[in-house]
Amino acid sequence: MRRLAKSALTACMMMSSGVYAEAQQAVSDINLRPGVTDISSQVYDLHMMMFAICVGIAVLVFGVMFISMYLHRKSRGVKPANFHENVKVEIAWTVVPFIILIVMAIPAAKTLIAMEDTSAPDMTVLVTGSQWKWHYKYMDSDVEYYSLLATRREEIENKYDKRDNYLLEVDRPLVIPTGQKVRFLITSDDVIHSWWVPDFAVKKDANPGFINEAWTRVNEPGIYRGQCAELCGKDHGFMPIVVIAKEPAEYAQWVSEQEEMRALAREEEQRLLAMNMDMSELMAEGERVYNAVCAGCHMPNGEGLPGVFPAIKGSNLALNDMPGHIDIVLNGKTGTAMQAFGNMLSLKELAAVVTYQRNAWGNNTGDVVQPKDVNAIAKGE
Amino acid sequence: MALQSENHNMVFRLVIITCAMFGFGFAMVPLYDVFCDITGINGKTNETAVVYSAPEIDTSREVAVEFITRTHKGMPWEFSATTQRIVVHPGELNTVEFYVRNPARRDIVAQAIPSVSPGTAALYLNKTECFCFNHQPLAAGEEALMPMQFYVDPQIPDDVTVFTVQYTLFDVTARADDPKSLDNPFLSGSNAE
Amino acid sequence: MSNVADSTASNDATLDGHHGDAHHDDHHDHIPKGISRWLLTTNHKDIGTLYLWFAFIMFLVGGAMAMVIRAELFQPGMQIVDPNFFNQMTTVHGLIMVFGAVMPAFTGLANWLIPMMIGAPDMALPRMNNWSFWILPFAFLILLSSLFMEGGGPSFGWTFYAPLSTTYSNDSTGLFVFSVHIMGISSIMGAINVIVTIFNMRAPGMTWMKMPLFVWTWLITAFLLIAVMPVLAGAVTMVLTDKYFGTSFFDAAGGGDPVMFQHIFWFFGHPEVYIMILPAFGIISQIIPTFSRKPLFGYASMVYATASIALLSFIVWAHHMFTTGMPYQAEIFFMVATMLISVPTGVKVFNWVATMWRGSMTFEIPMMFAIAFVVLFTIGGLSGLMLAITPVDFQYHDTYFVVAHFHYVLVTGAVFSIMAAVYYWLPKWTGKMFDITLAKWHFWCSLISVNVLFFPMHFVGLAGMPRRIPDYALQFADFNKWISIGGFAFGLSQLIFLALLIKACRKQGEPVSDQVWDGAEGLEWEIPSPAPYHTFDTPPVVK
Repeated sequence: MRRLAKSALTACMMMSSGVYAEAQQAVSDINLRPGVTDISSQVYDLHMMMFAICVGIAVLVFGVMFISMYLHRKSRGVKPANFHENVKVEIAWTVVPFIILIVMAIPAAKTLIAMEDTSAPDMTVLVTGSQWKWHYKYMDSDVEYYSLLATRREEIENKYDKRDNYLLEVDRPLVIPTGQKVRFLITSDDVIHSWWVPDFAVKKDANPGFINEAWTRVNEPGIYRGQCAELCGKDHGFMPIVVIAKEPAEYAQWVSEQEEMRALAREEEQRLLAMNMDMSELMAEGERVYNAVCAGCHMPNGEGLPGVFPAIKGSNLALNDMPGHIDIVLNGKTGTAMQAFGNMLSLKELAAVVTYQRNAWGNNTGDVVQPKDVNAIAKGE
Repeated sequence: MALQSENHNMVFRLVIITCAMFGFGFAMVPLYDVFCDITGINGKTNETAVVYSAPEIDTSREVAVEFITRTHKGMPWEFSATTQRIVVHPGELNTVEFYVRNPARRDIVAQAIPSVSPGTAALYLNKTECFCFNHQPLAAGEEALMPMQFYVDPQIPDDVTVFTVQYTLFDVTARADDPKSLDNPFLSGSNAE
Repeated sequence: MSNVADSTASNDATLDGHHGDAHHDDHHDHIPKGISRWLLTTNHKDIGTLYLWFAFIMFLVGGAMAMVIRAELFQPGMQIVDPNFFNQMTTVHGLIMVFGAVMPAFTGLANWLIPMMIGAPDMALPRMNNWSFWILPFAFLILLSSLFMEGGGPSFGWTFYAPLSTTYSNDSTGLFVFSVHIMGISSIMGAINVIVTIFNMRAPGMTWMKMPLFVWTWLITAFLLIAVMPVLAGAVTMVLTDKYFGTSFFDAAGGGDPVMFQHIFWFFGHPEVYIMILPAFGIISQIIPTFSRKPLFGYASMVYATASIALLSFIVWAHHMFTTGMPYQAEIFFMVATMLISVPTGVKVFNWVATMWRGSMTFEIPMMFAIAFVVLFTIGGLSGLMLAITPVDFQYHDTYFVVAHFHYVLVTGAVFSIMAAVYYWLPKWTGKMFDITLAKWHFWCSLISVNVLFFPMHFVGLAGMPRRIPDYALQFADFNKWISIGGFAFGLSQLIFLALLIKACRKQGEPVSDQVWDGAEGLEWEIPSPAPYHTFDTPPVVK
């Protein structure tokens, strides 16, 4: 009996190692991916070991059961036996699974301890989730930005064909160097989110007001995609994560480019303050910004979702109180889902989106909001 | 009837258990805090000032403390740490300062919530003075420098060489008693404008 | 040990009068007519019937919501509903299936069967029994009506994690909290009734270790219910006060902690899982011996295994929260504790197989469902074991792998066991054999479609599809199409069951004997078929 069990188990192991080899070639559709870090491949091995053990147990138990169902049928004229206990057998099948469990727990605990060891990182990124986007801030350089879904609304609404990375593409991916220990500090601005990149085997909840840590060391340059993994409201399915791992030299170049871009953007802001933009330019830019960041809640038609997200169309704030309107866009509203966009959008974008909201969908106030108007309110003047 | 009174007795006892378990649900709130205090499970730090006990300073070791500042959704303040990273010897008393400014058009009362990662380090971070112990009001346009004084317990495990302290500012104007009556002790004399 | 075996093997009670010390005959055998029979009934059989029909209606309502979910997920892109409504569907589907379908169905079975199995004339507290049922429809009316509010019903998942359910929810939360309170009160009253009945109403000679396993598992379940339903009530109360009364249990701004919500919720939530599966173990332990014509293997170890599962269920809750950020010491503790649960669960499965071994089996419909239960529940249990391994759970957590896991244990586990139980005892209840052809159709259609529905979920989950999303990346499209097709087929299959039940309630079919099934043993098989309105007015004596 025991020999039988053992050989059945080996057979399963062999079967599943066949699966193993195949799965590594075709990453994808039916199995966990081995990923691109040492940890993720350890996790993958644990997964395959667990899978093999489970298949082994299943084959054994169901095997005995189906044999019994075949042999011990009344239609074969079998007379039932009358045994109903056997202390030895019962002890055996309590103790043996117990031992198997211990065997499984030891490598799992080892991997777990390695995963939770965030000490001595080479660099740190602060990852902040909010409804429904991610924000990345490099703690070691002057780079920070939001990362939003880049899939077009028309694709989601089935008006355009869906591109390859449908729902798994963002406007500005996170960029990290390969071969370095990158520590992620993870937190949230509103509800609980969860930052998950399967190829790194990193999934950590972003809790509002609290900070969590995770780390990775990517072995291969490439583009890795993940998604938010904790239900975070209406557009939970639409906040993907894209990470690009670059060779350290390329990465360093990317960082300096980013820092330069930020400096340029600041200069541009200053220049804008002295200028007036015209209505049509603001409306065009405003519509783009509105659809990218506002339409998720307030809907493309400005009517919001009654009882959940207020309408902008016809609202007092958008028709009359212009400083109040700019203030709420800049600073958000406490205790609601309305967040502060002052840090996320440029002065030009803010001016454009407020102008758009005040003139679209029949909100025909004719108001033109300039970057300097926004700046005045932002500076508390 | 015997059976009936036996039944009622039993129902009575079971109802008591039910009520006790309802109470237990609420008792989990303080129990959780106690549990966190002991294990540092959620990275919360002490909520009231500790007295600096002047422990022996362990000059053989260095611990880096990083500060992260954040404002919660709907909180318009500018908030930054003047010192973002400081290397300290366990036992030595240090002060760091945080800059805040209220750019909004209304008076706002803030509450800073600290969170430490890794969570176990929170057990060894002792704050003798912190802006996070109280509500912090700022009138529209005001700014302030808020100090935080702390020392790292020399008992801190050897494998903790760096830890991160995050402060998140929340707008608690709605739940503060009377925002006008609260004076900010750290107010920097004149208003920003 | 040997008398244990005797009892389970034989239970040959004699229906002997004059042993009832505490019962006088105030029953009359006429059955009240009309609507007031059902509104005012204190009869355990009527209340059992009400519970079972209620559960079945809720099963269809919750199932209809699952159909909406699967229709939206049939192909990538948003086609039928908007994401907000999709979230309401997943939330209310979960709440209805857990609190409206599975739990009331088990309570209904308990009402029908426990008095008959232990030789009691009725439940110990018949009037409370009536209330505990009749408040239930109101709870679900409130919950369902919240869907028609401005902004819709609850959309934060059946686990209602704060702060999504507090600061960021709409005003339907108040109705949600109120309805969960009523559901909780109902199940606590039901549980108290079961405990008092089992403790005080057993027939003479029905000692603890002679009780049928269904009674045992329900007794332990009832204790779990009164231990954790109040904790759930506490959690929803805190959500209510956080949202409307300015407390900050779960709000960091006021010194609270959103992660604490998850601790409190799962302290309820994990025992809740066993509330939904222990009675199923009891049912299967009744059915397999009958159709194997052989006493249950390891009766005593079954009882101990059930009790140890129940106890262990209190110390594993944080395995639902590995990604929230815990020290690794805590993670290892919860991982090992969770794995330990598989030992007593394994013992149960081994015992069932050993019961079948060298029996003389026939495969009537209840046995078919029981065997399907053993196989498919074990698959769900094994994927649960995989989920317990913390480092790998980081990859599985909140993906369709988890959805596959808990639907295997709850649909092919709990729901299949309820169907098995209905087929097993229905002839006793109606006195007529159900339509076997329809039953076979129901079984095979359900079995095939449920696997088409849930098995591919393992694959999309491993490939990286998160749960609770209304739209998905293109690589998941093929499997999702199959999952949806399986879902529609499984939904339609239940209409066969509905037809069969309507026929059975109209008393169509061949009359059955008192014993009904060839190998059935126990007190309920010794009373006439159909079971008379009042049974065991004078308690039987169990030898």
